[in-house]
Amino acid sequence: MIAIINTGCANINSVRFAFERLGVTPEVITDPAQLAQFDRAILPGVGHAKVAMDRLKQAGWCQAIAEYDKPLMGICLGMQLLCEHTDEGDVLCLGMIPGNVSLLEVGELTSPHMGWNNLCEVKAHPLTRGLSAQQQVYFVHSFAHTPNEATLAQGEYGNAFSAIVAQDNYAGMQFHPERSAKVGTALLQNFIDWQLP
Amino acid sequence: MLSKRIIPCLDVKNGQVVKGVKFQGHEVVGGILELAQLYSEAGADELVFYEISASVEKRLLDVNWVSNIAKHIDIPFCVAGGIKSVADAAKVLEQGADKISINSPAIARPQLIKELHDEFGKQCVVVGIDSFYDEATGDYLVYQLTGDPNASSRTRYKTQQWVEMVQELGAGEIVLNCMNQDGVRKGYDNAQLSLIRRMCDIPLIASGGAGCMQDFADVFKQSQVDGALAASVFHKNIIDIGELKTYLNEQQVAVRLCN
Repeated sequence: MIAIINTGCANINSVRFAFERLGVTPEVITDPAQLAQFDRAILPGVGHAKVAMDRLKQAGWCQAIAEYDKPLMGICLGMQLLCEHTDEGDVLCLGMIPGNVSLLEVGELTSPHMGWNNLCEVKAHPLTRGLSAQQQVYFVHSFAHTPNEATLAQGEYGNAFSAIVAQDNYAGMQFHPERSAKVGTALLQNFIDWQLP
Repeated sequence: MLSKRIIPCLDVKNGQVVKGVKFQGHEVVGGILELAQLYSEAGADELVFYEISASVEKRLLDVNWVSNIAKHIDIPFCVAGGIKSVADAAKVLEQGADKISINSPAIARPQLIKELHDEFGKQCVVVGIDSFYDEATGDYLVYQLTGDPNASSRTRYKTQQWVEMVQELGAGEIVLNCMNQDGVRKGYDNAQLSLIRRMCDIPLIASGGAGCMQDFADVFKQSQVDGALAASVFHKNIIDIGELKTYLNEQQVAVRLCN
């Protein structure tokens, strides 16, 4: 069973529908005490990091997420919240994924980074199985994780940034797999199939 | 490299997809779900659902459609129609929309743009602008309530002025509907789009006038827009999305190829 953590953010249903299209019915949970009974979990998120982090703290999610030992994946802002710190609102985050989130330096390009872009520097991992660098996924973000040892795939928009990250049982996708057509569907299936060593 | 987006628009009235010419004389062109799924599978990069009568009738669009569509498509999905408050927007986003687009309600109360930005983030807030070229004065003028020819009216804004304002208020994307071109399939208004592009730091989507595949190549190359929205050429099977993308790729326009 997959849990979707209800962060009070708005895109929960689009994530839920994407899993339902794969034949899996996730449960949206609002109580941190429920988390431990699920096999895997998704931390979705759109909006402002400070608002979302405050909501997680107030509802008591920080400890439940830190103690969770099965696959847990953040999507978009959800991924950023799993990192150590974000410059968006200068917020200390959950710290499950090493590294920090900062504003994308886009130079002359329009911001936010919004639209379909390809991936590059894809590392072999159960979460990136079948993924090639030419494939495109759908991004909508202005902040991003700086590539480091946790980075499994990069994107590039002005600067290189982390598109997929993983550390132990925690993972994150900066783009929206639930809105990335067949490529995204395959990546969500990879998450469903991901077995920890 | 960031792909240029091809965006079919479902203009919806009374539960069916309709299409008018220059925002008048709407005819039914198909079912909402059928077209949404068809375009999603054909390689559309995003879908816009716009309930055209909502603002005119001073109500929020029917949000049941939003979840119905969201269940069936796997591409980004922007919803418009009578969104007047943070609470309205929350209802639409909760049903599975990825972005919300506002037009007449933003003109009535520009602060709405800032409120939506602060609550949901810049990337969520699209502002649609209906812009009419007044040949007599050479001005681009913003219109409102264009979903109904009887309610449609000129606003106090010139287009350039409104584009600057919505950016300052926190819009994350602008869809510029060039009204003189709408539904006539004679090409996008590249003069106007290029002008607005130069003053627009956020993604700009061209709307109004697509008639053939070259119109898309022209608007991406001449106006440097981020996406091109179209309705009738897709609804009437004049252009196939897959063929369009192959063509644009040959024309050196960065696109997402789906095969």
